[in-house]
Amino acid sequence: MSQPIRLKDHEKDARLVRNRVVVGAGIVIVLICVLVARLYFLQVIQYDYHSTLSENNRVHVQPIPPSRGLIFDRNGVVIADNRPSFNLSMTRERSGGDWAKILDTIVEVLELTPDDRIIFEKRMKQGRRPFEPVPILFELTEEQIARIAVNQFRLPGVEVVAQLIRHYPQGAHFAHSVGYMGRINEKELKTLDPVNYSGTHHMGKTGIERFYEPDLHGQVGYEEVETNARGRVLRVLKRTDPVPGKDIVLSLDIQLQEAAEIALGGRRGAVVALDPATGEVLAMVSQPSFDPNLFVTGISFKAYSELRDSVDRPLFNRILRGLYPPGSTIKPAVAIAGLDTGVVTASTRVFDPGYYMLPNYDHKYRNWNRTGDGWVDLDTAIMRSNDTYFYDLAHKVGIDRLSAYLNKFGIGQKVSLDMFEESPGLMPSRDWKRITRRQAWFPGETLILGIGQGYMQATPLQLAQATALVANKGKWNRPHLARTIEGQKPVDPDPVPDIVLRDPSDWAKVNHGMQQVMHGARGTARKASIGAQYRIAGKSGTAQVVAIRQGEKYDRSKVQERHRDHALFVGFAPADNPKIVVAVMIENGESGSGVAAPVVRQVMDAWLLGPDGRLKPEYASNTLPPETAAREE
Amino acid sequence: MKSNFDRILSSEDVMRRRATFLQKIHVDGPLLILLLTLAAGSLFVLYSASGKSWDLLIKQATSFGIGLVSMFVIAQLEPRFMARWVPVAYVFGVLLLVAVDVMGHNAMGATRWINIPGVIRFQPSEFMKIIMPATIAWYLSKRTLPPHLKHVAVSLALIGVPFILIVRQPDLGTSLLILASGTFVLFMAGLRWRWIIGVLAAAVPVAVAMWFFFMHDYQKQRILTFLDPESDPLGTGWNIIQSKAAIGSGGVFGKGWLLGTQSHLDFLPESHTDFIIAVLGEEFGLVGICALLLIYLLLIGRGLVITAQAQTLYGKLLAGSLTMTFFVYVFVNIGMVSGLLPVVGVPLPFISYGGTSLVTLLSAFGVLMSIHTHRKWIAQV
Repeated sequence: MSQPIRLKDHEKDARLVRNRVVVGAGIVIVLICVLVARLYFLQVIQYDYHSTLSENNRVHVQPIPPSRGLIFDRNGVVIADNRPSFNLSMTRERSGGDWAKILDTIVEVLELTPDDRIIFEKRMKQGRRPFEPVPILFELTEEQIARIAVNQFRLPGVEVVAQLIRHYPQGAHFAHSVGYMGRINEKELKTLDPVNYSGTHHMGKTGIERFYEPDLHGQVGYEEVETNARGRVLRVLKRTDPVPGKDIVLSLDIQLQEAAEIALGGRRGAVVALDPATGEVLAMVSQPSFDPNLFVTGISFKAYSELRDSVDRPLFNRILRGLYPPGSTIKPAVAIAGLDTGVVTASTRVFDPGYYMLPNYDHKYRNWNRTGDGWVDLDTAIMRSNDTYFYDLAHKVGIDRLSAYLNKFGIGQKVSLDMFEESPGLMPSRDWKRITRRQAWFPGETLILGIGQGYMQATPLQLAQATALVANKGKWNRPHLARTIEGQKPVDPDPVPDIVLRDPSDWAKVNHGMQQVMHGARGTARKASIGAQYRIAGKSGTAQVVAIRQGEKYDRSKVQERHRDHALFVGFAPADNPKIVVAVMIENGESGSGVAAPVVRQVMDAWLLGPDGRLKPEYASNTLPPETAAREE
Repeated sequence: MKSNFDRILSSEDVMRRRATFLQKIHVDGPLLILLLTLAAGSLFVLYSASGKSWDLLIKQATSFGIGLVSMFVIAQLEPRFMARWVPVAYVFGVLLLVAVDVMGHNAMGATRWINIPGVIRFQPSEFMKIIMPATIAWYLSKRTLPPHLKHVAVSLALIGVPFILIVRQPDLGTSLLILASGTFVLFMAGLRWRWIIGVLAAAVPVAVAMWFFFMHDYQKQRILTFLDPESDPLGTGWNIIQSKAAIGSGGVFGKGWLLGTQSHLDFLPESHTDFIIAVLGEEFGLVGICALLLIYLLLIGRGLVITAQAQTLYGKLLAGSLTMTFFVYVFVNIGMVSGLLPVVGVPLPFISYGGTSLVTLLSAFGVLMSIHTHRKWIAQV
């Protein structure tokens, strides 16, 4: 029954497909005609146009690099600008084919070494297209330019080209904040937009130069030029102007920066000064430093290895990447944790016999003052930097809550808004120890965290930020260097939530303790406040470089200079209307209150005092004048 | 009735008496001659386009050899036998594509390869280029024609799965070829004209959706550059400007073999792969390209003859789709190099350097030969 129907269907299907084959053949023929018409158009009608374009390689597209944005300090002093320099560049396509031989001639004419020859060859190979000039030698001297000119006939495709290169008039002052530029290397080349960087040979490598690279660089322009057979530009056919990069005004103040460097006095260390109300960084010193101009046109291998291998580590950015146990400088933040969790109040007292012992353990956790301070409350504990009190407090708060609170103060996270390669530091926790060390958390480890020792590590920038949070009553402003980018304020894409306390008056309690450090009769850093025109709140600290065994005493005469403790100090002033936060770290400086505190004081004076040696009126305290406050003691 | 008819005609003695030697080994003479002509010509062009690289030439010739063997082997398989295994192969191919999607080997920023180190390394999407039309042909050949809406929907779903997987790799060129090969089966099966027109009208909103949800930045860039290559003369527009200059400067008779300046001075990017037609156009002119187009036209013509003469519906649909897809290769590649179409990575069949596509294409011609030489009533040729 069904068979005849299938047979009929089969014939119908065949007819259907045959029809479609005819339609398909029609489409194919029409589209082939379209292709032939297109080729006829290109090869016959437009033949003259294309053959001049191709045969003579007459018309070239040349990128015009944009001029890079300038960088200023907060008063408009130039920190980075562009200055003209003469480069030697070579165009492969115009060299007559044998560019390797011409490199030999250049080496001969300029009396260079075979090493330079190797560098030239490497640079030539980075050239992307045969008609693009590749710069092979930078900063030609007058004599070199003259020699090239005399020998030009032997050097087809070689040109002396004027170009703007980066210049840092302030030299080493801002090497660790603004950073420097250098030649784009092959790895970076892959990450950059090849079109926008087609005329650019340098980019920011570190610091502000790197972080704001997209803003500073600008947008490339190009021109179509007509050239003769020898590659000489005859006329410009079409030009699109580049868009220059954006200028950046930093919050740094060159005078404060210099004052901080003088205060540090040639010692190895770091100084950070912040405006706590805005997060603007006012000074950022990491010593020793280096001259960023060396890197712009390519530093020689010898000079670089000297910088790299120096025991003083001038290339090391101590502010952003130096990791130190915060020592006692963390105590104000720990005190906040104690008050806010309710384990202590301002009047809670602890007896200090010179050490602290955990119940059921016989290990003695020592106070720095071996004789003990007797009964201490919170105010005294901060003033005297009493370790016993903070051992007890940390034990009561416990590791989980302590870790959470110190995280809120920025320890263990990147705090800055616009600084390149900032280290997050380390805030240990139970989870951290289980994952990295495969060990349980021991109660003793909580105790030493309470005095800023143990696994905890922070950068000087983080110490400054933690202090700024105390000064600013928990309000978070990420520290940043750029005040404006082409007039626009930088926006924080990832704001940190403010620290909100159950009782906001706790801030004042800790603040008062920190004032006692500077102004109290038994304050650890009282010497640093002598003659101060304003109230200072501060806290000293010591970061151990080598561990001291149980029962052993730190004896400086037995410790090598490079193994001595780092001196730390953090503070802000005026204490009741904070305008500046300063954190200082001096490597192997030993005494926070003795060595680092005077540096903090000098930086504060430089910022807060007018030329008459008195507090600038705009910084005057809006509550208590200094005289009244002094009488309080 | 029909089964009787079949039995008489398929008897061994009828075949033996009428079949020539080539038919006995299941090779189609006209196709073979055209393919060998293309192969010889392609090596000439490739030698110039690759900057006189013998290395590349030997590799390409080897791929040709492998492709011819593959074509010969596939031509021996009976279409009915192939049809039985098509659904299995389809499922297998889709699973491989999923595997690539999940853990594929990364090449040039796109994940296309299955790589078992030391054993095999291939692109499942190439495999799908033949399996895709075969699957749809297998499915539709069992239904009444022209296909009902339900069967069209099922076919589109079968096409859609591998298509989306390949778009995600991302490989726009191959996914479009897969899409074309599947839909050409529907076209050959007599898909109603009003549906075809309706879909073409609906393509506009679909294209808009593709733009916003599926395309990678580099693909969007290619289309933007295509619309106005002059806007980006330092970047992607470079390829088009230079390939047009290469073709245009060839004129009617070309600059002569090995004398093309555009390709030899490195002005032309990808000159031995996707843009090789520009080298041909520059060195052999309009005459050279027209000669190539003529060979392609003859190949396509032979394919359509095979389609018309195929005895099973499955054979007709598959042969028609493979032939039309082959034309899509030619049209898209030459169209893009000459600045008519966007730059999607479609090689010029048999001329562009690249072993994988060569083997796939020759395998497809193997399928055509199989369909043609396994017919039961050979005398009708």
